[in-house]
Amino acid sequence: MEAFVAIYIFTLAAFAGYEIIGKVPVILHTPLMSGSNFIHGVVVVGAMIALGAADTVTEQAIGFFAVALGAANAAGGYVVTERMLAMFKKKEEAL
Amino acid sequence: MSLPLYVQGAWFGGALLFILGLKGMSSPASARRGIVWAGYGMLIAIAASFLIPGLKNIALMIAALGSGSAAAWFSGKKVKMTDMPQMVAVYNGMGGGAAAAIAAIEFARGDAHGTITTTLAVIGALIGAVSFTGSCIAYAKLQGLMQRAYRLPAQNVVNVVLALAAAALGATMIALAPAEPELIYVFFAVALALGVVVTLPIGGADMPVVISLFNAFTGLAVGFEGYVLGNPALIIAGIVVGAAGTLLTQLMAKAMNRPLSNILFTPISGAAQGGGAIEGSMKEVGAIDAAALMRYASKVIIVPGYGMAVAHAQHKVWEMSEMLEEAGVEVKFAIHPVAGRMPGHMNVLLAEAGVPYDKIFDLEEINGEFAQADVALIIGANDVVNPSARTDKSSPIYGMPILNADFAQNVIVIKRGKGTGYSGVENALFYGDNTRMLYGDAQPMAGEIIQQLKAMG
Repeated sequence: MEAFVAIYIFTLAAFAGYEIIGKVPVILHTPLMSGSNFIHGVVVVGAMIALGAADTVTEQAIGFFAVALGAANAAGGYVVTERMLAMFKKKEEAL
Repeated sequence: MSLPLYVQGAWFGGALLFILGLKGMSSPASARRGIVWAGYGMLIAIAASFLIPGLKNIALMIAALGSGSAAAWFSGKKVKMTDMPQMVAVYNGMGGGAAAAIAAIEFARGDAHGTITTTLAVIGALIGAVSFTGSCIAYAKLQGLMQRAYRLPAQNVVNVVLALAAAALGATMIALAPAEPELIYVFFAVALALGVVVTLPIGGADMPVVISLFNAFTGLAVGFEGYVLGNPALIIAGIVVGAAGTLLTQLMAKAMNRPLSNILFTPISGAAQGGGAIEGSMKEVGAIDAAALMRYASKVIIVPGYGMAVAHAQHKVWEMSEMLEEAGVEVKFAIHPVAGRMPGHMNVLLAEAGVPYDKIFDLEEINGEFAQADVALIIGANDVVNPSARTDKSSPIYGMPILNADFAQNVIVIKRGKGTGYSGVENALFYGDNTRMLYGDAQPMAGEIIQQLKAMG
């Protein structure tokens, strides 16, 4: 990829990250952390690309490991975040 | 890159959904919708990846996807809310491990060309590997598999030597690219060892900061490997998480009034001296008096801490609060940012028990209200309500923003024993004239108070 294009993406994404979080109330620290933990589970896509190009047995083994770990990050991150967020309720809803 | 438009478009859509999802998570009302959106983004991105032309090892890939996600899905479904911090840590570590493994494949294939690409691949591999082993150690500690903080002799020297060695090996790999396999093995071994060594001495109360830091690390590692693979979706998702995680880590460190370097290199535990002797004595109280004090109060503020989590007392505490509310008492919950073992730990537990989030307040919102409260009920919290942090310059926790529970008319402390908190610092609050100690495990104690409240009708 064009290095300069990447620098644009890096910078804008960093700003987006800061802006989205901004002044976050303490109650949202959990979803924020657990949810962002899920989102970096997209590493599984990168692992799939790497495994998809693997030729030797070593590469395949590392690739398998990478995809399994990435998938675990994504699936586990989703389940625990969803479980925690499902519990955040206002009083009326709680009844 | 010659990928079909529909693959690129799907990845872009996935990245967009991640950002929208994360944005949704910045308000309690839309938070759940946010994670669902991000979930769709993930499914789209994964499905599109199968359409990459010339994709090899598809059977192997499906097996890896299936086994990894199934194992995590079921473990995530059945984990108890009190054990959530270690679960988040372990999933995060896996992401870091995946990022490091991607770099390993790229090095093995000699696919990382050019100085910029190799540099980012090396940095991503380093922080991904540190996040992987570091998170595993954090998991072992939180899970109770590792009972204490281990400090190597000359801990900081070991840290620095390993970090320099990893940096030097990485620099050599960049200079030599493509590097010899032996060099790559040694680099990864050193990076993995660094994660272990850095995390070993860090103790319980610093865990929220560490978990948040490793989360940011994994995000950055994913972003860097995204560049190596030429995949903007990975870059965007990784860097957004890296930036957000860094911000959150700073918030946590600020809430403890300790710079990050301090948390990583000079853990408080065991080393805490300082803090003058405290005048006075601790005065004990029984459940019946505690119940009466709260039953006839007009305002009670509850301060939960890690002790409530350990005792699984959140349900009893909420049951007790509801009874007080029925008797006309105003009940609020005050949460310190670093209470518990991960950011927002207490919020999750209270939410699990059914406490509506509009009854839960953070430090800045509630600190002005303690002076009007008749009772502050401290449940298994210690350092976060220690007034020495405000007054005693010689105290190791001096300057840490605390909940001003000592300003309340009466303070009741539910605590297992007379010992000091995690930091090893004596708590002046416990010796206050208006403080009464209720010794016992939080769950049976809350149960006893409930019995007494019932008896009072």
